[in-house]
Amino acid sequence: MKNQTDYERIEKQAKARKRAGNIICYFFLTLWAVIVLFPFYWMVLTSVKNYGTYNSERIPAFFTLSPTLQNYLDAFTAVSLGKYLLNTLIFTLVTTSIMLVVITLAAFAFARLNFKGRDLVFTLFLSLMMIPNELVVITNFVTVTNLGLRNTFTGLILPSVTSVFYIYLLRENFAQVPDSLYYAAKVDGTSDFRYLWKVMIPICKPTLITIIILKVIECWNSFVWPRLITDDPNYFLVSNGIQEIRENGFGRENIPAMMAAVVVISLPLIILFLVFRKKIMEGVARGGTKA
Amino acid sequence: MKIVLDHLTKKFPSRNKKERGEVTAVGDFCFEIPDGKLVGLLGPSGCGKSTTLNLICGLLKPTEGKIFFGDDDVTGLPPENRGVGLVFQNYALYPHLTVRKNIQFPLENLKGDAKLTKEEMDGKVYAAAKLVQIEGLMERKPSELSGGQQQRVAIARALVKMPKVLLLDEPLSNLDARLRLQTREEIRRIQKETKITTIFVTHDQDEAMSISDLIVVMKDGYVQQIGKPQEVYDNPVNLFVAKFLGTPPINVFDGRVKDGMLYIGEDAVLKAEGIPDQEVHAGIRPEGFVLQEDGPLHLQMKRLEVMGRDVSIVSGHPCCQSETIRSIIPAESKVDTASDTIRFALKPAKVYLFAKATDERIYLQLQ
Repeated sequence: MKNQTDYERIEKQAKARKRAGNIICYFFLTLWAVIVLFPFYWMVLTSVKNYGTYNSERIPAFFTLSPTLQNYLDAFTAVSLGKYLLNTLIFTLVTTSIMLVVITLAAFAFARLNFKGRDLVFTLFLSLMMIPNELVVITNFVTVTNLGLRNTFTGLILPSVTSVFYIYLLRENFAQVPDSLYYAAKVDGTSDFRYLWKVMIPICKPTLITIIILKVIECWNSFVWPRLITDDPNYFLVSNGIQEIRENGFGRENIPAMMAAVVVISLPLIILFLVFRKKIMEGVARGGTKA
Repeated sequence: MKIVLDHLTKKFPSRNKKERGEVTAVGDFCFEIPDGKLVGLLGPSGCGKSTTLNLICGLLKPTEGKIFFGDDDVTGLPPENRGVGLVFQNYALYPHLTVRKNIQFPLENLKGDAKLTKEEMDGKVYAAAKLVQIEGLMERKPSELSGGQQQRVAIARALVKMPKVLLLDEPLSNLDARLRLQTREEIRRIQKETKITTIFVTHDQDEAMSISDLIVVMKDGYVQQIGKPQEVYDNPVNLFVAKFLGTPPINVFDGRVKDGMLYIGEDAVLKAEGIPDQEVHAGIRPEGFVLQEDGPLHLQMKRLEVMGRDVSIVSGHPCCQSETIRSIIPAESKVDTASDTIRFALKPAKVYLFAKATDERIYLQLQ
């Protein structure tokens, strides 16, 4: 009898302990989620407030009873947000597609082809990763200015059409495709290029998708380079465009309109992330273990 | 299509950086493979079998020598233009393609006049799949197939473009024993049906002997012997070939020839007239022993192994180069397991003499 009661007590204690642990765990998770999500909420909230209402609130309200979409309308009509979005879209698409071609070919060469000095060149490539981005920006700025490419799409795109890190990531992935597949494809009558296209790329598709997503995010968010290389608003991207809107469009006081613009800009990335979040995590995790 | 290998040699630079030099993977290989035959390339691992295969399909360039398909010199031709089919040891199926697409892959690469329409491709793919009996698995991915099925897909892929030559690199090594037996029959059947000249690499002598028209025994890059399986088994040219072929393996004794007699230990076992007195390796096939009460060869009885069809007597002898001697006798023979020694007579045709110094065969009619 005594044993039995003991068991029950132990079980109860364990349950209680587990529940307490869960409560603490969820409490902190919730706290963290609130901290992380609050700025987003604040952004969306502010963007649907009327300019007048917003300014009359001495203590900002945590909700609004009269939401308005006027700010969004203004963002597209009063300032050239549409233009900036289009610019960014072109910039992102062109950069990502050119980069994909460049890094795929480079990674294939490093992984599959045998040529003199291959490992040396690859090591040099990798050592480039040691140089901080800021240093590269300076030399790139001088080069692009000397080429007379300021305020052009070419100038915007050129420095980011290759990426050492992605070449490295993809090369490691390519290198894991067994050699025998290459030999089999050779015997089956393929050229190197066809092998790359028909076998390597399909097998490494998950990594390529990850790279595409990461690159799109990178392009969408890029700020320093477009800010440096363009001063003509016709070539502004959303990142430096928003600055322009604030300075010369809505003015510094019209925070709700600003927030509407910011929401519009962030939305594509948030959607991208939500749709592909599993793929992003997979790719990053795999990239990690493989590297 | 016959294949001619003319003084084919492949040397690799030595991996060991300290001692510069070259490793000969295949040395001076001369052989003409007759049209439509199945040839087994046989040898222990590292003997240059796979290198030979890779030379024939063009994945490696020979250091010296030439390769002819029929009358065409293909030595300089890249693999994609040679028209060979190759089945890899690990099958090397394209993991992202279905069985159908895998088999179709070589057809999609045809160019110019050889280009096929969709219907022609489908027909050929189906015919190849039917030949290896996987027509029901066409939409599966390789990862959803068993080892044996994958192997069939690999064969179908190699066969679909009707290659001039089919090369198989240890195709059975990943299969379990039963499947291996079944698949090798299958390979034989497919080869007979298609009449494609086939080269089959294996380190398993059973496999090579059972399905090949000709076998080539290799060692350290050099061909030891070429011939029909039975001929090579019955007439090995040197000790290596004798040891390599046959299960259970041949029993090798330190023997000596004196006054026209072959001695094993103190026993004068057979007449060996016509050669000078010398030390020899005497190889006796397991089936060369005949149980005989007054037989000349005395062995120490160890145990009896019953295998159903026949009986294997395990015994020992101080002059034997291995711990145990295996002799196979009919199951109905009466063996006195209680006695310490057992006496055998020998079948002269199953006893081979090899020179002590060179391991080369001493051709001699024993009696």
